[in-house]
Amino acid sequence: MTVARRGEWVQIRRVVLPAGSRAPQVPEDTAAVPLELKVKGFLVEETARCGETVTVRTSLGREHRGVLASVDPPYDVGFGPPPKALLGIGEELRGMLRGKVERP
Amino acid sequence: MTGDYGAVMARRGEIMRKSVGIDYERFSRGRLAFDYEGMMCETGYSLDEVETIQRESNVGNTPLLELKNLTRLVRTLSEPGKGARLFVKDEANNPARSFKDRRASLSVFHAEHNGYKGVVAATSGNYGAAVASQAARKNLGCIIVQEVFDSKGFEQPEIAEKGRACEAYGAEVLQLSVGPELFYVFLLVLEETAFFNASLYTPFSIAGIETLGTEIAEQTRRLTGRDPDVVVSTHAGGGITTGTARGLLKAGCSATRIVGASVNLQGLHMASDRDFNRKSFTTGHTGFGIPFAVWPDRSDVPRNAARVLRYLDDYVTVTQGAVFYMTEALAQLEGLERGPAGNTSLTAAFALAQTLPEEAVVVVNETEYTGAGKHPYAQLAFAERMGVEVRRGDPEEERPGSVIVIPEQPRQIRVAPVDLNRLRASYVRNACAALGEDKTVSEEDVAFLSEDTRLSSEEVRRVLRENGVSVATA
Ligand SMILES: Cc1ncc(COP(=O)(O)O)c(C=O)c1O
Repeated sequence: MTVARRGEWVQIRRVVLPAGSRAPQVPEDTAAVPLELKVKGFLVEETARCGETVTVRTSLGREHRGVLASVDPPYDVGFGPPPKALLGIGEELRGMLRGKVERP
Repeated sequence: MTGDYGAVMARRGEIMRKSVGIDYERFSRGRLAFDYEGMMCETGYSLDEVETIQRESNVGNTPLLELKNLTRLVRTLSEPGKGARLFVKDEANNPARSFKDRRASLSVFHAEHNGYKGVVAATSGNYGAAVASQAARKNLGCIIVQEVFDSKGFEQPEIAEKGRACEAYGAEVLQLSVGPELFYVFLLVLEETAFFNASLYTPFSIAGIETLGTEIAEQTRRLTGRDPDVVVSTHAGGGITTGTARGLLKAGCSATRIVGASVNLQGLHMASDRDFNRKSFTTGHTGFGIPFAVWPDRSDVPRNAARVLRYLDDYVTVTQGAVFYMTEALAQLEGLERGPAGNTSLTAAFALAQTLPEEAVVVVNETEYTGAGKHPYAQLAFAERMGVEVRRGDPEEERPGSVIVIPEQPRQIRVAPVDLNRLRASYVRNACAALGEDKTVSEEDVAFLSEDTRLSSEEVRRVLRENGVSVATA
């Protein structure tokens, strides 16, 4: 299990509103789950393991408490594979314009 | 950061007053009526001031580009003599790469000028990066509160990318699961920090967009020798439509048609944990466009400065699949790879241009940046992972949340008109509901409703009557 040390960049999670205490206007599916918060910061404790309750100091110097969720949290959104449904469009459109090109 | 939900919400008025520093009561003229132009004039900034602030912030003065190949494509689909010239306002050239920098530059200037130590914004969109970028250059603290993930932990890729951008500018980013209680967290943060509420809907935020209108007017005149015939904006909370229209009017473009375009997400519930990740657009969609048009004051300030029914001449919707198609077309035919949400207006303009004469000029308002997550590839791969079918076909077959249809032919790209008169009447009904027990209003309220909706005084009175509201004689 990952151990994080003081000063490492980590992400914590916390329940803000438990299921059952959600705003009255939310639909059923949302009311049935908690409102959760994630935030990143530098670990304040000497060491901690994922799953333990810790404190982080954010980039603004504010402190938040929550359960340690990950260490060095990555940005892993990407582009993914080019979707089949888009692949032909460029060629089709260029073909349509080529049929119409006025000679210079 | 804790607090009882009900108690915090009950303090919202007081929290907001401190955090925006505007005495909205001062502009109140009745139970519903308020002096909109007075508010814009006294608490906003003049066009000259906005220009100066934005020049100093490296914001604005973006290029207006002619889309010659797309115009040719439009003409291959139009009747002889039809097919307007298409231009696009390339707002991706702002520092944080969307038009939202215009709003943020004013909000952050105002916060600094009034001695706030930092700014907070509740936004899952481009505005977060814009505020974080502007705050960074002024060395102000910045906290962004965004709605990012569902209860299974899946993050909407576009919002995750925007969160990354905010962190890149040094902001503290509070990422929340799905739900309107984001507003509660936002209020708690404002209370804890005494930072400025960089709302999207203050008079300064909207004044910051007016330069988009004046620049479009000047650039279109310089490039074509005429005023824009139509300006199509990607429409969500109504800021861009309101600010651009006000700028165009200030520049004397009184005949320019103001068109709003949103992606049709009908049937998806904006506060639903399940529906959250079944949409491929996080802004510029009907889930914001319609509720904000019919009740602008649902926003995070007491009086929303974005009031679109005053300005919209037409409001149209397009499909998600059509916007992805046009995003691909813009990259492949014009060499402009731009973010899909901003291309909502391009999609509508492409269809509208086919109905206008060749000499007409249609301006697409505006582009935004693209990148990991904020891209058709990422969005379509994610949609499929969430169980949404993606295929080519007739866009009429698209069903938000279950099927995204990429058009087979450019001629299948159409706009669906939204009945503005229905929205106007709906606004008046919402105003009636906001009255509570006492169902009487004044003549001043009637005049205000008429101005705010562009309904005639008689039409306003009819809807009031239908909702049991009477008009007191003075
Ligand atoms: C790129 C882009 N275009 C248009 C809009 C819509 O702006 P508004 O909410 O002011 O209608 C947004 C904002 O959400 C945006 O990020």
